[in-house]
Amino acid sequence: MNPLLLVLALPLAGFLIALLIPRSSPQGSRIWALVLSLATFVVSLALPVLFQRGIAGEQFLLDVPWIRSPEIRFHIAIDGLSLWLVVLSTFLTPLCVLISWRAVQNRAKEFYAFLLLLEFGLVGVFMAQDLFLFYVFWEVSLVPMYFLVGIWGHERRIYAAVKFFLYTMAGSVLMLTAIIYIYNRAGTFSYPELLDMLVGGKLMFSGKEQLLLFLAFFVAFAIKVPIFPLHTWLPDAHVEAPTAGSVMLASVMLKMGAYGILHFCLPLFPTASRACAPWIVTLAIIGIIYGALVAMVQPNMKKLVAYSSVSHLGFVVLGIFSFTQLGFDGAVYQMLNHGISTGALFVLVGILYERRHSLEIADYGGVATAAPWLSTAFLITTLASIGLPLLNNFVGEFLVLQGAALANYKWAIYAAIGVILSACYMLWLYQRVFFGEVTEEIRSHLPDLHPREWAVIVPLVVMMVWMGVYPQSFLPKVGQTTAHILEQTQVNVPFRVQVPSQVGQIQTPHAEAANAR
Amino acid sequence: MPVSLMPNTADILRLLPEIILTVMGTFLMVLDALLQRRNSKAFGNLSLLTLVAALAASVYAYTLAGPAFGGMLVVDGFATFFRVLVIITGILTVLPSYGFLARQNAETSEFHTLLLFSIAGQCLMVAANELIMVFIGLEISSIASYVLAGYLRDDKRANESSLKYFLLGSFATAFFLYGVALIYGSTGTISLTAIRGVLSGPSAPSPVFIGVAAALISVGLGFKVSAAPFQIWAPDVYQGAPSPVAAFLSAGPKAAAFAVFLRIFMTALGPVGGGWEPLVWMSAMASMVIGNFAALLQQNVKRMLAYSSIAHAGYVLVALTARSSIGTAAAMFYLAAYTFMNVGAFAVVSYLSGKGERYQNIEDFAGLGQKQPFTAAMLSIFLLSLIGVPLTGGFFGKFYIFKAALESHLVWLTVLGLLTTAAAAYYYLRLLVMMYMHEPGDAANYAEAPSLSMRFALVLPAIATLFLGIFPTWVLDFAGKSSTLLK
Repeated sequence: MNPLLLVLALPLAGFLIALLIPRSSPQGSRIWALVLSLATFVVSLALPVLFQRGIAGEQFLLDVPWIRSPEIRFHIAIDGLSLWLVVLSTFLTPLCVLISWRAVQNRAKEFYAFLLLLEFGLVGVFMAQDLFLFYVFWEVSLVPMYFLVGIWGHERRIYAAVKFFLYTMAGSVLMLTAIIYIYNRAGTFSYPELLDMLVGGKLMFSGKEQLLLFLAFFVAFAIKVPIFPLHTWLPDAHVEAPTAGSVMLASVMLKMGAYGILHFCLPLFPTASRACAPWIVTLAIIGIIYGALVAMVQPNMKKLVAYSSVSHLGFVVLGIFSFTQLGFDGAVYQMLNHGISTGALFVLVGILYERRHSLEIADYGGVATAAPWLSTAFLITTLASIGLPLLNNFVGEFLVLQGAALANYKWAIYAAIGVILSACYMLWLYQRVFFGEVTEEIRSHLPDLHPREWAVIVPLVVMMVWMGVYPQSFLPKVGQTTAHILEQTQVNVPFRVQVPSQVGQIQTPHAEAANAR
Repeated sequence: MPVSLMPNTADILRLLPEIILTVMGTFLMVLDALLQRRNSKAFGNLSLLTLVAALAASVYAYTLAGPAFGGMLVVDGFATFFRVLVIITGILTVLPSYGFLARQNAETSEFHTLLLFSIAGQCLMVAANELIMVFIGLEISSIASYVLAGYLRDDKRANESSLKYFLLGSFATAFFLYGVALIYGSTGTISLTAIRGVLSGPSAPSPVFIGVAAALISVGLGFKVSAAPFQIWAPDVYQGAPSPVAAFLSAGPKAAAFAVFLRIFMTALGPVGGGWEPLVWMSAMASMVIGNFAALLQQNVKRMLAYSSIAHAGYVLVALTARSSIGTAAAMFYLAAYTFMNVGAFAVVSYLSGKGERYQNIEDFAGLGQKQPFTAAMLSIFLLSLIGVPLTGGFFGKFYIFKAALESHLVWLTVLGLLTTAAAAYYYLRLLVMMYMHEPGDAANYAEAPSLSMRFALVLPAIATLFLGIFPTWVLDFAGKSSTLLK
């Protein structure tokens, strides 16, 4: 049996069965969700093991007809890019189950059912190779997240959930229009087939068409990433979401946007992507610095982490639109890093919240005395997040900055300011929360990590170190795919566009720098 | 050749659904008068049985596909599709009505009689192949619907609803008839296929006459499908009408009117399509904008669903604007999906509204997810489908409609239309928010567990909604096949 199908089917089956578990036994729901998400994770480990090096294209292909007319196929596969994102999703889901064990008492059955449905949607997004199928999973992942935020979130949860839903919906209808338009031009939804047609010259978009289609896709993805100025839903959703929701949102859902840009936008619309790159990079750099500055003044821990996400994701976008191999690799690696380290930050903030029932930084102080292990874990995560060498974020940020420098040296300089700022706000946060005089309240209310929490934290810390020390385990598989994407955005530009006049010439220095490499 | 006045057997069999509905409707009326001891459930059961028989007859009639009564009617895939659709709407109206009528102390046979008559009229409309038959079907359906809207005669709002519907409806029908007269006057025929022949032939009448006639007909039909700018009546009528009737009005007559719309405009007026396209374009756009944005402000769920149904009429008009057989197929598919999700959503309203329909506001749905998880889950499916979330019929229908529109190069209509659907998500989400994210209120606390018929009334459309979203091929193929048979 195709392991990919199994990874996709298990959460769905788990969701359906979870609906049948009686409400009276929340423990049953918890155990079921844990067992099933662990099983999914174990199965998904087969993917990197069986993944063949040296093949840039899709692997574990499964392609069966679904709807006859218009022809829509259930076409799933992964490449070096989506491989790790799938594994990241399956890795984090059991951790999310564990971290919600005690925190979610109210309507536990639905909570775990939605968590499994969310996993199904997320994993599907990274696998779909049919544009229609991609859209289906894209939207399917939206619904459980909406409920997770809206039902189990904090005070302003409803506002946040609706805002999240509407933002995403507005972007995705534009994407849907573009998908239908492409279908009407090409007669297929199959993504590999579309690429073949583009390369073979059978399908051509005029400069204007390409630009509009690119923007339609890009806005949908940019909202998800989120790219400044479309980020305003993110702090709300993050702050109001329950811990598991924040983790999945930050670690996996935001990656859907970056993945979409890299996987769909660039190869389908290379000229438009390159033409828009300077603008998008500007927005990314604004996002990096703005996110960091706003994070610095946040009194609320979760909001601080949320704005730090805006800043970190700016690096991902910068890496992508530097159009260099290093930038691409760094962007993908940074996506994974952010998933691990920001996920861990949200987990740790959630642990603090469970004990103290407050997210305000001012309510803490001296936690290091009361809970030394918790503080250590938080410190490691903080250091990872600000990009200390030997921890994961360093590798990604370094690659992105190097790639950006190759394209345009100034970009790297501006972005590097963001790195410095991230050290400021994270270390300041750490200082205010963990150091200082310990009050009696903190001492009595903040026990150290207990075994279930250890089980969540340890895998995350291990991954931070592993990804920081030995990126070789991950990067080569990513590299073969990103190299291919880069090739697609370079080689085919001349004969894929009918009107190269102005649009083609705006591939200023960064393209030449990339070519020179 | 002399025409025999006696219809042959095949003709009668092609008309069998209408015959069954009419005969049984009359029988129910007489039965009510004859029975000494009222057995209220019996009327509902008989009515259900009749509808199932009519359903079977419609399917059987399709095996004898062809024109009947000298071309006045035509039983083709298109007619069968809509016959089945309106009869299913009837079934889905009767199922929740058991509990509803019992709660309002209004279990008489008239409800079912009128319903059957109305459906008979709609079946006739969708099979009609000439303008007078369309008109007769329209009248049978409408007059029964006017009375149904005021069925709860002691209720002030129901009276208002009925009167409004009747007055405005008769005006609209008059417009329609005026258009018919103009067409007859200028082409000399009322047969749809013959009109098409005349219009595409060398001796086509002045486009002014045809343009005015098309405009008048679209006023009449636009009223029936509650498309802007003829939508004003819908919120008041739906709000005042008993909930099961509102469910029926929002689906049955609408689907039938759209079938007539498609048949007249695609068949008879097909050759002058370029002329009426801007008309329908504007109506589609206005319906989507007015429906979706007005719904944002509603507090009453029935009014909200009324505005939403205006918006959905706009989507179907987009398919009509595409003027292609793919557009027709898209409209057919969408109407099927719409019927299930909308009637399902109304069924929940009639279940929850309680005696005297007290609970109709959005706040009354608070906490339904905790108190009645089954009902809430079903309503969630309908609402997600109305929003257009994938894996539901509503999404696929929308997708197919806008695909047809883009194929006909209606880029702006598509983009603006889809953006209004994003705005529409907000008001459907409000209901979801109420059901799942608020503490239970009176309505949720006092609602008794749904009865068996109510469960069916919820589960059947929910299954159909999901089925149309996950396996649309079967219905799509049938719609695609029938959409070309129109001419």
